Amino acid sequence: MNHVALELIQLGAVFFTLGLLGRVAQRIGMSPIPLYLLGGLAFGNGGLVELDGIEGFSPIASEVGVVLLLLLLGLEYSASELVSGLKRSWMAGVLDVVLNAAPGVAVALYVGWGVVGAVVMGGVTYISSSGIIAKVLTDLGRLGNRETPVVLSILVFEDLVMALYLPILTTILAGVSLLGGLTTVGVSLAVISVVLLVALRWGRYVSALVDSPDREVFLLKVLGLALLVAGFAAALQVSAAVGAFLLGIAISGSTAHNATRLLEPLRDLFAAVFFVAFGLNTDPATIPPVLGWALVLAVSTTLTKLATGWWAARRQDIGRLGRARAGAALVARGEFSIVIAGLAVASGAVPGQLAALATAYVLLMAVAGPIAARVVEPVARWRPFAGRTANPAAAD
Amino acid sequence: MNVEVTPLPGIGVRKDFALRNGRRIGVISHRDGKLELIVSKRDDPDACLAEIELNYDEAGALANLLGAPQLVAQLAEEHKDLPGIRTKQLPIKQDSPFDGRPLGDTAMRTRTGVSLVAVMRAGQVHPSPGPDFTLAAGDLLVAVGTRDGLAEAAEILTRG
Repeated sequence: MNHVALELIQLGAVFFTLGLLGRVAQRIGMSPIPLYLLGGLAFGNGGLVELDGIEGFSPIASEVGVVLLLLLLGLEYSASELVSGLKRSWMAGVLDVVLNAAPGVAVALYVGWGVVGAVVMGGVTYISSSGIIAKVLTDLGRLGNRETPVVLSILVFEDLVMALYLPILTTILAGVSLLGGLTTVGVSLAVISVVLLVALRWGRYVSALVDSPDREVFLLKVLGLALLVAGFAAALQVSAAVGAFLLGIAISGSTAHNATRLLEPLRDLFAAVFFVAFGLNTDPATIPPVLGWALVLAVSTTLTKLATGWWAARRQDIGRLGRARAGAALVARGEFSIVIAGLAVASGAVPGQLAALATAYVLLMAVAGPIAARVVEPVARWRPFAGRTANPAAAD
Repeated sequence: MNVEVTPLPGIGVRKDFALRNGRRIGVISHRDGKLELIVSKRDDPDACLAEIELNYDEAGALANLLGAPQLVAQLAEEHKDLPGIRTKQLPIKQDSPFDGRPLGDTAMRTRTGVSLVAVMRAGQVHPSPGPDFTLAAGDLLVAVGTRDGLAEAAEILTRG
């Protein structure tokens, strides 16, 4: 069999299998991300079947997947939403960083992965999955709830933190000194401020640059510009993902909305390749040894997200049930934890076990998040002190 | 009424207000134009009992149902010193002969002496519609006239 035929067959088999897995995920109402990761684990390095035919395709496709994930994240929120979110929720956002990065940092330091490993694991356990959370809130009919804006503004804050964190991560992974790291922080802060300013003042010109009434032209222009910006950002050591994210923020209004609709299918495709490729490169045999730590992290970071949501909702005078719902909604981790772990593993600056731990952790949290959001109400009502929560007037 | 407008980043805007009994009622406008009616739970004012998706026609029909009685009541109040004058809302039904035709075609004033003072469409009031105002099924006409005139007017709008 010639190489092209083998490539096509393997690629087709991977996509078809992912389609079937996605169908299963839909049936049982969960996120497909853990199933994609499992699919990758089953096929790749040390798994059931070795896929060597798609080695030419999957690395660049995964890179495009990360760029698209971040571009659409940027498109999701307008610059004014980011700025007002920052003003409204910065205290909750800071608490979110401190509480949720701490378990990852602590475990990484304890098992001896050093400062670099700690920075990576802190990011992995910190960042919630806005994709999973938005879907869960919609599915459970909670968009009109009073605690939902609290949850959403924490997600907005997390996105801004990502824009700062990813360049820092990139420099640390590249082995730059503390001073170099600080310079990057300064540069990225300046770049983010400039982008926000441009987006607020002249967002329509950026939008006009990519906008077109023709779907095909629009798609090619927006995708081309995203890859260009991502490429130049990577060349300047600011991280390709952040470049794409900032471009997403700068595009606004109806252009952003149309771009999202057009790019969503592409994002789903390339992000799926990214998750599978991450799974492919992780040896399943490395997972059982880190499963204990994954469980420790899962339990502790579930509690810390619950605390974050509870505290943030309480500041907005929301009742006990609403506070519990806000906390539980934030529990899900997913795509961005894998993006962070993927960047770290690709750089080679962290041990392979970190990929295994991140995989196991995301597998647990992507499943546990939606379940937590569903069961939190009945659980909160069952508790011995629930007599008070049933009557909102009695809640403090 | 104090309508609270809350941005929902990435989704749209929530506009709602508290009723006298403490429950919240309002609308979520999604960025893609989708509308949802929300009503809060009785035992947990932070949560929603229902989120009901409405398209533009449905939202307009609901707004007519809620808005028209208020307009009619207001007009009736203004005419209460004139005995024999009544205000009534007359619907343009799906099978009405005037669906898609200008208001002038009804020749309402000439035939019945009834004045059509407003048209309610999609929750909006179009006051003093002219003879070239095109009627559509789902419109509610606010009519002022005598009891007999109004009965005749209703007949004309259904039969032609």
